[in-house]
Amino acid sequence: MIELENVAYSYGGGELLSDISLKLQPGSFHFLTGPSGSGKTTLLKLCYGALLPTAGHIRLFDTDLRAMERDDIALMRRRVGVVHQDCQFLDHMPVSDNIALPLMVSGRDLLSEDANLKELMTWVGLTSRGDARPPELSGGERQRAALARALIMSPDVVLADEPTGNVDWEMSQRLLRLLVELNRMGKTIMIATHDLALIRAAKAHVQARVLRISNRRLQLAGADL
Amino acid sequence: MSSKFDLSKVTEFLIGDAQAERVVPPTGYTASLTLFTAAAMAFLAVFTLALSLATGRLADRWGDELARSSTIRISAPEGQMAAQTEAALNVLNTSKGVASARALTDKEQRALLEPWFGPGLPVDSLPIPQLIEVIEEGAGFDAEGLRLRLAAEVPGAVLDDHTRWRKPLVRAASRLRLLGWVSLILIGAATAAMITLAANAALSANEQVIKVLRLVGARDGYIAQAFVRRFTLRALGGATAGVVLACLAILLLPAAQAEGGFLTGLGFRGWHWLWPLIVPPLAAGVAFAATQAAARKTLKDMS
Repeated sequence: MIELENVAYSYGGGELLSDISLKLQPGSFHFLTGPSGSGKTTLLKLCYGALLPTAGHIRLFDTDLRAMERDDIALMRRRVGVVHQDCQFLDHMPVSDNIALPLMVSGRDLLSEDANLKELMTWVGLTSRGDARPPELSGGERQRAALARALIMSPDVVLADEPTGNVDWEMSQRLLRLLVELNRMGKTIMIATHDLALIRAAKAHVQARVLRISNRRLQLAGADL
Repeated sequence: MSSKFDLSKVTEFLIGDAQAERVVPPTGYTASLTLFTAAAMAFLAVFTLALSLATGRLADRWGDELARSSTIRISAPEGQMAAQTEAALNVLNTSKGVASARALTDKEQRALLEPWFGPGLPVDSLPIPQLIEVIEEGAGFDAEGLRLRLAAEVPGAVLDDHTRWRKPLVRAASRLRLLGWVSLILIGAATAAMITLAANAALSANEQVIKVLRLVGARDGYIAQAFVRRFTLRALGGATAGVVLACLAILLLPAAQAEGGFLTGLGFRGWHWLWPLIVPPLAAGVAFAATQAAARKTLKDMS
């Protein structure tokens, strides 16, 4: 599905990631942890083709990233749902349209997808906030809206970067439950977080593989997690 | 063939994708800038077109009509004027290449002098030379041969075949016409430059929007089209307004009059009124190409 082989990434003369090998199997659940600035976000960006590796190979759905044209990468992103910590919405459009944005850009008919959109908004608990503008949402609502947007195309993989970074514990548990539920539906999940308590809480509900970035390299986290 | 003009694609572009239109936020000052630029440039383009066509008409008239006519001026003592005029007409009527020749009447001569001396000029009491208008036919007459014959038979006659002053006038009118076309090209280039600047400003202001669109799987073509369509339609609207205003202004110009000469003949004539109609589509085409190039470059740079 997503495979990294001896990947390195350098920026500004310094190497951020080195010799990273990773394989996301269908239906797997991964946590990616490490201290701030260790390269978690960079690794996620490599996984959805937002960055190109300076060494090694990345295969996304059996195609080498380097062989992909920009349009190919755009099409591939429709199969990968991405949730950012800062969410990134189009502030001039209502929340429901922001969630439906992937459908719009892929040319799907919104009317025929209306039932799916409503079901998804109900699932993330945003039914009453559909007409609001993104700046009017709370931190938790923004994260749930971002998750809904990432799921609207029914992607095979969901990559979430610090999805609980701006929310309280109760909301982070609610988001985690949604992600675990998605995994049970067969989606591949990878969450980058420095919140070890979240990882411990998740392990009670799902069999997750915990990876840690340390000294630019990726390693399996110890039993303490 | 991919290069073949496809009307359905143009229609599809003009109708647009209502969903794609919504993803780009309304852009305040770049919208006004594009509208104003397109309107002002279209206004100037129509005037330049009118000037160019008018100078073209003038060059053609001077080139064709004046080339077919000459003047003979007879300066003779009062008692010999009629005889010398008669003799000159006889010479002309027997010259090859002369279609017709006639002496101007006093009224016609007065009309020629009126712009300089004012009305009521007593032509009869002034020692004014007699003018004979000569119209050529075929390849025209042999000017040197005619001058020699006139010198021998009509001592007071001087042939003026207009060559001396007609050539520089025709050359000036042709240059003015060329200047008009060059101005039109410059107006098009300036429009393209200004719309490129406005498009670049809009694209830069929407960098975050572009990032979000890419994140959710939008192709560059989709993103570019959202901007290109908006700028193209604005240029089309602005240029249409500019053309309407320019046509109204030209309609309000004084009608062509002989007394006003070139300056009162600046407007369009006959089917030439159709020329302004090509300005809005041309402006839209320029905007389309300029925005397309700006969007492609910006999106490539943002990769």
